[in-house]
Amino acid sequence: MNQIARNQPDLSIDPSLARRILTGFIKSELNRMGFSKAVIGLSGGLDSAVSCFLAAEALGAENVLAVRMPYKTSSQDSLDHAQLVIDQLGVQSLTIPISGMADALIEQFPDMNSMRKGNIMARTRMIVLYDQSATFQGLVIGTSNKTEILLGYSTIYGDSACAINPIGDLYKTQIRQLAKALLVPIAIQEKAPSADLWAGQTDEGELGFTYAEVDRLLYLLVDERYSAEDCVEAGFPRQFVDQVLEKIRRSQFKRVMPPIAKVSNRTVGYDFLYLRDWGT
Amino acid sequence: MKITLAISQINTRLGDPQVNLEKHLEYIKKARNSGADLIQFPELSLTGYVLQDLVPGVAMRPNASDPIFKHLLNASQEIDIVAGFVDEDQRSRFYISSAYLSRGEVVHVHHKVYLPTYGLFDEGRFFAWGDSIRAFPTRFGRVGMLICEDFWHASPPYLLWLDGADLLLFSSASPGRGLTTSPQLASARWVEHINQAYASLFTTFVSHVNRVGFEDGLHFWGGSTVFDPDGVLLAQAAYEEETLLLAELDLGQIHRTRARLPLLRDERTVLVSRELNRIAGKEE
Repeated sequence: MNQIARNQPDLSIDPSLARRILTGFIKSELNRMGFSKAVIGLSGGLDSAVSCFLAAEALGAENVLAVRMPYKTSSQDSLDHAQLVIDQLGVQSLTIPISGMADALIEQFPDMNSMRKGNIMARTRMIVLYDQSATFQGLVIGTSNKTEILLGYSTIYGDSACAINPIGDLYKTQIRQLAKALLVPIAIQEKAPSADLWAGQTDEGELGFTYAEVDRLLYLLVDERYSAEDCVEAGFPRQFVDQVLEKIRRSQFKRVMPPIAKVSNRTVGYDFLYLRDWGT
Repeated sequence: MKITLAISQINTRLGDPQVNLEKHLEYIKKARNSGADLIQFPELSLTGYVLQDLVPGVAMRPNASDPIFKHLLNASQEIDIVAGFVDEDQRSRFYISSAYLSRGEVVHVHHKVYLPTYGLFDEGRFFAWGDSIRAFPTRFGRVGMLICEDFWHASPPYLLWLDGADLLLFSSASPGRGLTTSPQLASARWVEHINQAYASLFTTFVSHVNRVGFEDGLHFWGGSTVFDPDGVLLAQAAYEEETLLLAELDLGQIHRTRARLPLLRDERTVLVSRELNRIAGKEE
């Protein structure tokens, strides 16, 4: 029997081990690609704060450029919280409002819904970050966590775009533990996660469940390979389990490179296999 | 007899044997200057680990006419060397391999028998399986070499023990995985447990060298260990850091341990062989 005990799963981590591995990863992978500097979009939320703390520790604060990119509807809290990170770490920083860029497109479609607007904002920020990457000579550090990667709660080629991602194998619950150990400002640790695309938006409100709940379920399904039935038997509502599995399945396209139609003997993506670290 | 073993816990450059050779020669020189008798390098130390389609381009033949091996053979005049590489046989099959070099000669080559092809591993796609597990004589007694997944299976260390190896030299490029509340990754803890278990069960020296560094998102954790025939940890390298670890092995410990604990004497090899044949379906 695949009995899941009541207290399972335990998503606790040793934050100092995670910190050592992730800072080593940032330093090694940037250096192997010929870089020593990093660019990070700082939203004022927990994930980008943690990425920024790790990058500053790995590379030195002077080698990290934190970019704040407010849209006109972004909350003042977001800007202020991002500034707390910048001040605490002493990283370099820029504030580049995106309203002009984003609205140039948005205003052409008066009936545009908030999902389209949100995607445009996310992709506009990607353009700004990659432009800063070129001038600062630093690589863009990812800020997506394992929960949102698995659920597909991101904009493809938007907030998911990056050169390397140090935190993408940690669930939100685990990012919180790491944030505490890194001494991320308390205001950021304690606030509700939000994409901040409109006033009052929260991730958990939009998703319909809490990170604490979904992280336990994802851990059982993905990391521990329990079946949906096992999770239902362990007390997760059937509808919740099905909803999460469907989100994972439907967002697979966000986690892979676009497939190339194979016609030759050797095709990129299928049988042309090299790591990025090839030759380094 | 006491010997000094040098464990070369290094990072490698992926697909660049020439650069990796230079690091080997540098560590060999350091080890020699420290009075080491034998230096051990990790799995695929001359090439890097996740080679994929780079395999045919970095394959070599361990002999004096090979541009990489000629330098290592030359260096082996003064210190015995175990290095990891891709061996290409006469019929162009590629093997994950370890070579034992001594006094200018290739003493033994081991081809990795167990190629993990599951989870994050894809070795079976790119490499041929080795087909023998043999101990071999060295100036320090009989030695056995295994590569990573080889010693995740119980039978290869057991066979080397029965074949006379009193010094087991294990090498890995082990990607870390399993983050929990423990200060060690689950994979690191597992490897340390089994190395200690082999030393204890076989009353033999077990030295394990693991590499460090990253290849894309994979992180190699280091933490190389040397256990004595009592299962006592003689030396351990730091996690994640490139280092040259020295351990003094008092080979007399084999005598003392086996006087107390004659597990080797009492091992029922013929019984094991008979039962294995039965289990394999060759006899009733």
